[in-house]
Amino acid sequence: CIPVLSTYPILKTLLRRVEKVDGGLDSQDVATSLGVDHQAIVGAVKSLLALGDVISADQRSSKHWELTGEGCEIAEQGSHEARVVSSIPEEGMPQSQLMKLAFGKVGFSKAMSNKWIRLDKGHEGGPRIFKTVEHLEDLVRDKLLLVQKGQASQLEEKEKNELKKRKLLSEVTVKSYWITKGSCFSTTITKQETELTPEMIASGSWKEKKFKPYNFEALGVAPDCGHLHPLMKVRTQFRQIFLEMGFTEMPTNNFIESSFWNFDSLFQPQQHPARDQHDTFFLSDPAQAHEFPQDYLERVRKVHSEGGFGSQGYKYDWKIEEAQKNILRTHTTAVSARMLYKLAQQEKFTPVKYFSIDRVFRNETLDATHLAEFHQIEGVVADYGLTLGDLMGILHQFFNKLGITKLRFKPAYNPYTEPSMEVFSYHEGLKKWVEVGNSGMFRPEMLLPMGLPEGVTVIAWGLSLERPTMIKYGINNIRELVGHKVNLQMVYDSPVCRLDS
Amino acid sequence: MPTVSVKRDLLFHALGRTYTDEEFDELCFEFGLELDEITSEKDIISREQGDTKAEGASDVILYKIDVPANRYDLLCLEGLVRGLQVFKQKMEAPRYRRVSPASSEPQRLVITEETTAVRPHAVAAVLRNITFTQERYDSFIELQEKLHQNVCRKRTLVAIGTHDLDTISGPFTYTAKPPGDIRFKPLNQAKEYTAQELMSLYKTDSHLRHYLHIIEDEAVYPVIYDSNGIVLSMPPIINGDHSKISLNTKNVFIECTATDLTKAKIVLDMMVTMFCEYCEEPFTVEEAEVVYPDGRTCQYPVLYPLTITLHESTEHIAQLLTKMCLRSEVMSDGEQIEVEIPPTRSDVIHACDIMEDAAMAYGFNNIPRTTPRTYTIANQLPLNKLSELLRQDLAAAGFTEALTFALCSQEDIADKLLKNISETRACRISNPKTAEFQVARTTLLSGLLKTVAANRKMPLPLRLFEISDVVLKDESKDVGARNNRRLCAVYYNKSPGFEVIHGLMDRVMQLLEIKPGQGNGYHIQAADDSTFFPGRCAEIFACGKSIGRLGVLHPDVINRFELTMPCSALDIDIEHFL
Repeated sequence: CIPVLSTYPILKTLLRRVEKVDGGLDSQDVATSLGVDHQAIVGAVKSLLALGDVISADQRSSKHWELTGEGCEIAEQGSHEARVVSSIPEEGMPQSQLMKLAFGKVGFSKAMSNKWIRLDKGHEGGPRIFKTVEHLEDLVRDKLLLVQKGQASQLEEKEKNELKKRKLLSEVTVKSYWITKGSCFSTTITKQETELTPEMIASGSWKEKKFKPYNFEALGVAPDCGHLHPLMKVRTQFRQIFLEMGFTEMPTNNFIESSFWNFDSLFQPQQHPARDQHDTFFLSDPAQAHEFPQDYLERVRKVHSEGGFGSQGYKYDWKIEEAQKNILRTHTTAVSARMLYKLAQQEKFTPVKYFSIDRVFRNETLDATHLAEFHQIEGVVADYGLTLGDLMGILHQFFNKLGITKLRFKPAYNPYTEPSMEVFSYHEGLKKWVEVGNSGMFRPEMLLPMGLPEGVTVIAWGLSLERPTMIKYGINNIRELVGHKVNLQMVYDSPVCRLDS
Repeated sequence: MPTVSVKRDLLFHALGRTYTDEEFDELCFEFGLELDEITSEKDIISREQGDTKAEGASDVILYKIDVPANRYDLLCLEGLVRGLQVFKQKMEAPRYRRVSPASSEPQRLVITEETTAVRPHAVAAVLRNITFTQERYDSFIELQEKLHQNVCRKRTLVAIGTHDLDTISGPFTYTAKPPGDIRFKPLNQAKEYTAQELMSLYKTDSHLRHYLHIIEDEAVYPVIYDSNGIVLSMPPIINGDHSKISLNTKNVFIECTATDLTKAKIVLDMMVTMFCEYCEEPFTVEEAEVVYPDGRTCQYPVLYPLTITLHESTEHIAQLLTKMCLRSEVMSDGEQIEVEIPPTRSDVIHACDIMEDAAMAYGFNNIPRTTPRTYTIANQLPLNKLSELLRQDLAAAGFTEALTFALCSQEDIADKLLKNISETRACRISNPKTAEFQVARTTLLSGLLKTVAANRKMPLPLRLFEISDVVLKDESKDVGARNNRRLCAVYYNKSPGFEVIHGLMDRVMQLLEIKPGQGNGYHIQAADDSTFFPGRCAEIFACGKSIGRLGVLHPDVINRFELTMPCSALDIDIEHFL
């Protein structure tokens, strides 16, 4: 803010005044004595401050009493109660007529309590009001006049507060500056340069110029850029971790799946609650899947309804119609099943490590941490002779990369894995063990019908992407993170994602 | 996961010792349970209905324990205690025996042909000389309810009826009759009703109304009579009042009717194994005979232990399994273990289930952690690799990434975009709970516009993009639908900024190494699209194929998304660039 030329006179005047006094002076007093608006002086102070240490100014505030609009009216015309008395003629006045006057209502009750008037309720023609005093002392008005003249100090605090309560007075805080000479005080104003220019560099004039100091307290200008979504940033990191561990990405770009691949192939019985309307989104169009590997489908039917492959089976009437029903996949494990089936069709088995991070859908009740769709992270390893110890070992390595080192495992139940383990990590902040994922070894009833060789075991684990993201970015309501109600400011402000720090 | 709530002190008494909450939590963890909550009836009522209602309620400490969904044998105090005691090697797993009645013929349940149409299976058993206390009785009732909710799938698969045997006399008949012909006094009612009347009576019953649909539309309803024509029950809805059990009941007749026989056998086994410890001769169950319409007969409960042979060696595994109620013996060859699965462990159907129990008994966390030596080379999915690369560069181009829902209302993808739903190739959801989940999205545009609408307070311009999947019907796929990866971007400001969105498209093409021009390059040409302002829409062609559109949105689209500023948009299919 370089001082505009038109403000020069006022700057000079102000500097001369500062020069003359020994201590300092108040901006409010300067304004009064110069007869200019206080804001003009404040502007001048700010301009001078920007020039460096010409002056110094401390902000101070003082309080004083001022009349409100109503207060001004009373000071001019008298209090409502006094005006009531003076408007009543000798023969009195009907109450209804008095009430019609602007000051009637308030004035009436005050005048009554001062006993300046009386009310004759039984008067013929309706209640009528008569004066009881001829001369009165309008104290309210007198007090307000004192304040108006700037002599509020003559009133007692109690009196002022009473008038404040009647909304006739208000206490006003005035901010002003106490102005004193600065270390480089001068009455002449030298214009300071704000920025170095190409011309100054070329001419060397920068050597003679004075430059306005920078305010290092202020923030810089935000760069004009785009931002990646925090959940997607976390997804990128998880993807990176899997790639570092040698896992190949599965094609999960098929939200619509048949019940066959989502449930039946995983040895999840057809009466399982997860297959209820309450939990799963079914499709009305396209309602059914129409192509299955027939011999595999037959083996799945058999293992469910009759058993086999060392299993008792579930011994129920397995129906193709249930398997055909199209749904929005409830887990990406449906894709793992397709991939493992495909692997089993290879001429010779080769060990694989697979992963995916993609959307899954549940027809569930929604709350602050649950949505109908979320992202599932899944890892799968298939090889000969993998053990529970291997699963725990690989989970350790995976979670280590997330900065989680303390893990323990709880036996759990899952229809398509046996053993199943819930993964808990010790949360240093909460000082307790919290569940961070689910894991297990796929059941033989799932793997053998696919045609995978005996002796091949498949270990797998899964977790949601949203939960670690919410913890990482301190978000409590999932709707602020996922979906259109996202808070874009949060997206703009979110830091880079380093999961292990 | 079902939750069982048990009185803490009662549990500790049965376990023969007390635990601190932490100790008990630890024990649960090892055993695959979860101590979910420590509470009391008073706490629960005051939380749900306020403090005043809770006054005078019991403040006995309750443990709420989460039980794995397949462990029906842990759904009551009796089962929990038995499981934990055996696990802690405080007791030996009981062997359950089916016995014939001492002096008479077994109770018979005769199934008639009529049941075939509605609920064809039934099994039964008798608990002889049982002693109930208030706690045992409550637990007995509670277990029925728990089984009904879980393995019985809300009574659709199996329904349990329990009766005071001394109030009725066999043989019993399980048949099915037209609802008008069934008449009896149901449990806890003062008078007789016909089945028809009952169905309307229970329409408003907060508990029973959930089961009415199971038989409501059937021509005949299932019903069980005793030899004197007394109604025992009308499954799966209600029992008769006449035969109801009480604290003083000595002999209990249990029947389970079902649409799934395997589950009926499991449920009956659970009921009798859990409570036969209170019989005069503990762990015995008196058999009942079921007579089928074709004259075949069958004795229940099954109670046969299942035998599975493990091809694993060592005495140690056998010991571990014994800890899990699985009686195990190393076979004479020393190479194999024969494991006896008690009727309580219906969850065990394969050797792998037994191995899990062995691991649990050993302690999951005692197993040494190893690293598999599986050697593989990682590959990215090409489509995801391309998406990741483009996302980075779109953000660098000044656009911010949005993340919108894959499910939405039909209105979002059709009406609001001035499109007809029939031209969208949208997949429809048959059971949405709200309109937000009617269809899978066919475009990313509506999600982005909704994101803009929710962020109208943000400084302009808003530049948003998303690279994600839409879903389209596609007959050539096994499920009749496929995903399609799209790149969509919007520019929202006081002026439409077509040149901004156009510039973004040019940038995307540059990133994909496609040069402007016909043939192998890209170009845009004017197109008609109802979503866009007339004359302000162009179709994008790359390498001779149409890959999407860009343009200024139609003012009606702006209005329908509750926006006020002009907006331009770009929408392309990026699968062409693989």
